[in-house]
Amino acid sequence: MSMPFYVSPEQIIKDKADYARKGIARGRSVVVIQYANGIAFVAENPSRALHKISEIYDRIAFAAVGKYNEFESLRVAGVRLADTRGYSYDRKDVTGRGLANAYAQTLGTIFTENPKPFEVEIVVAEVGESAAEDQMYRLTFDGSVADEHGFVAMGGSAEAITAALSQSYTSGLAFPDALRVAVAAMNAGRSSADPLTIDGDVSDQDTSAPDSASPIPAGQLEVAVLDRTRNRRLFQRITGDRLEEVLNSQK
Amino acid sequence: MSHNEGRLSGAYMTPGVSSFTDFLRLHDPSLLPSGRSMGNIASTSPVEVPHGTTIVALKCADGIVMAGDRRATMGNVIASRDIEKVFATDDYSCIGIAGTAGVALEIVRLFQVELEHYEKIEGVLLSLDGKANRLASMLRSNLGMAMQGLAVVPLFAGFDLSEQTGRIFSYDVTGGRYEEHDHHSIGSGSMFARGALKKLWSPSMDQADATRIAVAALYDAADDDSATGGPDLTRGIFPIVTVVDADGYRRLTDDELEPIIRELIVSRTGDSGGSRGARGDR
Repeated sequence: MSMPFYVSPEQIIKDKADYARKGIARGRSVVVIQYANGIAFVAENPSRALHKISEIYDRIAFAAVGKYNEFESLRVAGVRLADTRGYSYDRKDVTGRGLANAYAQTLGTIFTENPKPFEVEIVVAEVGESAAEDQMYRLTFDGSVADEHGFVAMGGSAEAITAALSQSYTSGLAFPDALRVAVAAMNAGRSSADPLTIDGDVSDQDTSAPDSASPIPAGQLEVAVLDRTRNRRLFQRITGDRLEEVLNSQK
Repeated sequence: MSHNEGRLSGAYMTPGVSSFTDFLRLHDPSLLPSGRSMGNIASTSPVEVPHGTTIVALKCADGIVMAGDRRATMGNVIASRDIEKVFATDDYSCIGIAGTAGVALEIVRLFQVELEHYEKIEGVLLSLDGKANRLASMLRSNLGMAMQGLAVVPLFAGFDLSEQTGRIFSYDVTGGRYEEHDHHSIGSGSMFARGALKKLWSPSMDQADATRIAVAALYDAADDDSATGGPDLTRGIFPIVTVVDADGYRRLTDDELEPIIRELIVSRTGDSGGSRGARGDR
């Protein structure tokens, strides 16, 4: 039996982080963007059944990129935590901050204790009574949390999308405008990305190589909103005809 | 395990459980209504706690109407004049409760979370039969308390999206589930309300007629049952009336109910039983 080589903790952490980053960079992108009446979630996702965007609680939703089975287990845990807290205290006592903290602790522990870190990046968003009270938390594979404002882009072409959004985004957009800005930025990110890197995650079934230059068709967009003008459960998916209508509506 | 702990572990990350009740049973059974210890309370002396009384539910052409009076009693005392005993359980179903109010409200709250939890985890609504069966299993786990005098008997109704029709389910304390075909009533005044429903209900009534009949049946129950409260015009306390149809759950506002109740009271003035003459029509 041979002695194992000594590997420094710095090297272990760096290897894990590189591994997770590579996994996330293979996934298609998700944009979370604030608009006048709420927060919109836009994902490139050819699957209608395997969601990247989900409702967690009355005012809280979840968006993720990366490995489906890993973020799905986090999503389910989040729904359980929110429902348990709301049931044992009150619905008002379920907050996005509490959930983001629980996710941060969980991801941090998995990153340090498990040989394989989670290859996920998630956003927990809570819509407030006004845009100023909206909260968006971005959580990465190692458990770091960032409090974001305006918009967040995650996934393979996150940097290109962020660059495009920082040019085009303004606060207080109406929902159709915010959606168009997000989709345009995702298209810009797509054309700048190496087409070979866009695969993996929930779109494993999609064998056709994505044409990086063409815009994302409406059928491959998963869109949902946390709309503060609704009652109680503010989360709503925007699908089918309604999505086409919003995307095609003129300013 | 506490629900305050920082990280999500153990039961939270367990795959395959879509039921909130089953999750609590794994994670923190003390939060379940059936999880509390009854200690050494003698089962011979039932505790004096508020009881909910009469609920009626009936089918109409495009769905169901459910209504409940607003009284809770504790022995011969009126414990509450404005208790609410009919609740939305999700967008397409509602529940009315009779029996021990405290236990019933807890079961309703758990049932509401149960349905929403399933919907969020699975991404689809439970079927109406599925919802009715979940409620039956919750009642079954309450049987121990029911035997000690803390019984809960709900009436569950909703719109079946696959069959596009309204359906009504009644229960017994052991969790027995029975589908009712036209109309049903539970609670202390149910005997009188059922009599009224039998004479007033007809198949394929519209929603407005069904609402009038539900209110009239509760009025008749309040007439003969001291534990059922009638409409209270001086305080502006009216029965709770809800409708569930293809558009979902809706609770009627007091402004919608007031003319119906005033009309009923006028029609019963000088004719307290609301007689319809020998031919039976109005």
